[in-house]
Amino acid sequence: MSSIIAQPRYSCALAAQQTVLAIPRGIPVIHAGPGCSQKAYAFASTGAGFQGEGYAGGNNVPSTNTSENEVVFGGETLLIKEIAAALKIMKGDLFVVLSGCTSDIVGDDSIQIAKDFARKGYPVVGVETAGFKGNNYYGHEAVVNGIIEQYIGDVTPQVEPGLVNVFSVVPGQNPFWRGDLEQIKNLLEKIGLKVNILFGYRSEGIAEWKNIPNAQFNLLISPWVGLSTVRLLENQYKTPFLHIKTLPVGAKQSSAFLREVGAFAGLDQEKVEQVIQREEKRYYEYFMGLADFILAFRNNLPHQLYAVGDSNYALSTSRFLVEEAGFLLEQLYLIDDPGAEGIKIAKELIHSYFGGREDQLIFENDGELISEDLREKIGDSKKALILGSDWERDIARETGNLFTYLSLPIIRKTIVSKSYVGYNGALQLLEDLYSLPFHQGEFTSNTQRE
Amino acid sequence: MSVNLSTATVEIRENRLKTIINYSGTAKDLNEKSKQETLRLTSVDFSQCNSCQQGCADDMCGMIIGSATVVHAPIGCFATDIGRHIQGNSVSKIRNLGNFDSHTICTNLTESDTIYGGLDKLRTAVYEIYHRHQPRVIFITTSCASGIIGDDVESVAREAEDELGIKVVPIFCEGFKSKIWNTGRDAAFHGILRSIVKKSGKKQDDLVNVFNFEGVDTFSPLLAKLNLRVNYLLPMATVEQLETISEAACTTEICETLSSYAAEGLEDVFQVPKVKSPSPYGLNWTDQWLREIAKLTNREHLAEEVIRQEHERIEPELNQLRQSLKGLKVFVFAGDTYAHNLANMTRDLGVTLIGMNTMHRDQKTDSEDINTLDNLVHSLGDIPNFSVCNVQPYRVMKIIKKLNPDVLLTRHMGLYNIGTKLGIPSIPEGDANFSIAYDGVIKLGRRLVLALETKSLVQNLSEHAVIPYTDWWMEEENDVYIGEGEFDI
Repeated sequence: MSSIIAQPRYSCALAAQQTVLAIPRGIPVIHAGPGCSQKAYAFASTGAGFQGEGYAGGNNVPSTNTSENEVVFGGETLLIKEIAAALKIMKGDLFVVLSGCTSDIVGDDSIQIAKDFARKGYPVVGVETAGFKGNNYYGHEAVVNGIIEQYIGDVTPQVEPGLVNVFSVVPGQNPFWRGDLEQIKNLLEKIGLKVNILFGYRSEGIAEWKNIPNAQFNLLISPWVGLSTVRLLENQYKTPFLHIKTLPVGAKQSSAFLREVGAFAGLDQEKVEQVIQREEKRYYEYFMGLADFILAFRNNLPHQLYAVGDSNYALSTSRFLVEEAGFLLEQLYLIDDPGAEGIKIAKELIHSYFGGREDQLIFENDGELISEDLREKIGDSKKALILGSDWERDIARETGNLFTYLSLPIIRKTIVSKSYVGYNGALQLLEDLYSLPFHQGEFTSNTQRE
Repeated sequence: MSVNLSTATVEIRENRLKTIINYSGTAKDLNEKSKQETLRLTSVDFSQCNSCQQGCADDMCGMIIGSATVVHAPIGCFATDIGRHIQGNSVSKIRNLGNFDSHTICTNLTESDTIYGGLDKLRTAVYEIYHRHQPRVIFITTSCASGIIGDDVESVAREAEDELGIKVVPIFCEGFKSKIWNTGRDAAFHGILRSIVKKSGKKQDDLVNVFNFEGVDTFSPLLAKLNLRVNYLLPMATVEQLETISEAACTTEICETLSSYAAEGLEDVFQVPKVKSPSPYGLNWTDQWLREIAKLTNREHLAEEVIRQEHERIEPELNQLRQSLKGLKVFVFAGDTYAHNLANMTRDLGVTLIGMNTMHRDQKTDSEDINTLDNLVHSLGDIPNFSVCNVQPYRVMKIIKKLNPDVLLTRHMGLYNIGTKLGIPSIPEGDANFSIAYDGVIKLGRRLVLALETKSLVQNLSEHAVIPYTDWWMEEENDVYIGEGEFDI
């Protein structure tokens, strides 16, 4: 892990404004310099396959745009004015004040100001998200925890059996987050759960958030992001949590996922098995159909897998490709700066998931070092598949190998509802991968590509 | 004279050019008031995010071939670096310059750096990038965080310069220091003029400096008609090219807002005359621009011939376009000078300009001989519904909804969706070079026709768009929000 960074793959804590925006009618109120919000948007929305401003993002985000005056004399008065105005002008259900470097260094008490508004009955929450405090994985957790602590607060849970809260991908930073959350919700609903998905187009917004304390259990689908959240909820509302370490991709992972969740929730095992059987049948019909192509063309198809992404995406998709699709793991580069606990979890997973070695995992946030290592390892191979960002796409092109997107930045592709999660997601991934050679000119089974 | 190279920092636009960011009225009124500098930089009671000068400075430095940039900031300030890499590559390919790699690194300031200072990391980053890429020049751009904690960036730059034997140029561009993001471009030019550009005894009489963004090469074929060559600045210029820009016959630009500081500096300090005409957008300004360049390069006879031929060449299609576009109501929403450029083109196409909003207004200009708003008022007469604000969709959406134009002419990512939400098609002006000169007018006309023909997209979406502003605000008459004084919490 490097302390200085070239070819960046994440943004700063303030980019968690995308987390706020991912809650239907959630409005961030930025207390920071004039360009912070715009850069966060450019990285984690435009730079995530052009996802657009959505309801109130992009240029719509309220921001104090702190100037020299606020740095010298403090910006609390300006922030109060901004929140008051945002409450009148913006049509929102939840306003989350996010402070940046300027205000957090000069010591504005943004959280107290937000709490003062909340005390008067306004739906306002305050979170310190100065860029120097951490990256946007950190910011995402801080925002979610801030909303739980300040907005949901001290209530007595009325536990509703079968209700589950899902904590998983980081909106924007995980480029397929919208599709992923839909897939997770679909999977869980199939086995009979009621799902608070909390973010994205199928979330009910703050009604779901208010309902968080009443869940039967919390489901964390992520190696480390969100651990503090489910622990907080366990502590605050005595809600138990199930920690599934990565997103389920493909039939093996999805079926195991449904079994584990079903057992934890105490669901009828037979019903869960019925769902699995139905899903697997459909899945393998499709997969089998594609296998004719894979086998006929395999002399020209890659088998060496390189993945650059965060611990959640990189580990789950690689596991699928290795376990189910015959790929050989060459190297994983984890870019999310997971911290000591996250690193320990990731190292355990590489063993337990596909018998990988520890040296097949590199934790690195300086993308230029990743590029260098990747170039060296690929050498003159033409059998590599690289999953990664726009930075790796250049390497794939240079070395004549195949590439598809897994992580930010992504500004040479549009992303709409795509997801690689679940049974259907894995089929999407295969469809994407095996269409790639056709983009490189004529491609047939009778002419060997050198 | 506004260029003072004896200081390390550039004088910010609000002080140097008396820039304002809030105004509602008419073009003529704004022009008169600007001339007398009676308008003040005011703040409003509610603002939405916009850009900062640090991002602009990084964009300026980040696409110079042979240089490297150290961004002394937390990672969020640097996160969008891929944009420069791909943008650079895209323009490099289109100009047949081969592959481009951005050479940049960020000090990734963390909490402990804000307490103990970030200079050690800055030093590490400068040496690291030197070893990775062996640049001829290293720029260091500063940020809000590095500025507030008071890191002495200049001392590190001087020390590294001595040790590495290359230029290490600090660009002071802390986001909070200026409300006008363009100050960051001025800051970058300031550093380049101070440290890189050399005074040269040589002259290249047929070379024209053109300050632009990453646009297509439209200037070369046009200026080739006058036997002139183009020196595109800054994206894709090499360090060597920057060192010798003072050899050019003259300097011009796509937009005053972008580079008036650089052009003025080149004229004042390096004796490269500036083309004293508005940029070549619209027929009359293109004629004027060609004549000015011709005067500076002794090619007057050629220019008159080119002007005559070009007018004749485009006339048939222009007449057709005017017929098709008759009665079309257009609203312009773009930077300052570039908005004036777009507005001036509406004149040739016979469409009606019903209003415009510019992102800021420089009441003064770096060069006293050029005032694009004054030129615009002369060209078009008064323009109603003229406002100034820096993006602020909560205001502009209301203005546009009220005026209900048929088409928006916009420049800047993220502005187009205002039109989408209202069912009004937008013409994006991403590539500023595309619209220059005679063909630029024709191409704009064609794009307007196409925008109307393909309107189903925005019409369809607008029927389902949800506007994030309260009904109270959308119905409130005032375009500017006036708060209720102190909010009691």
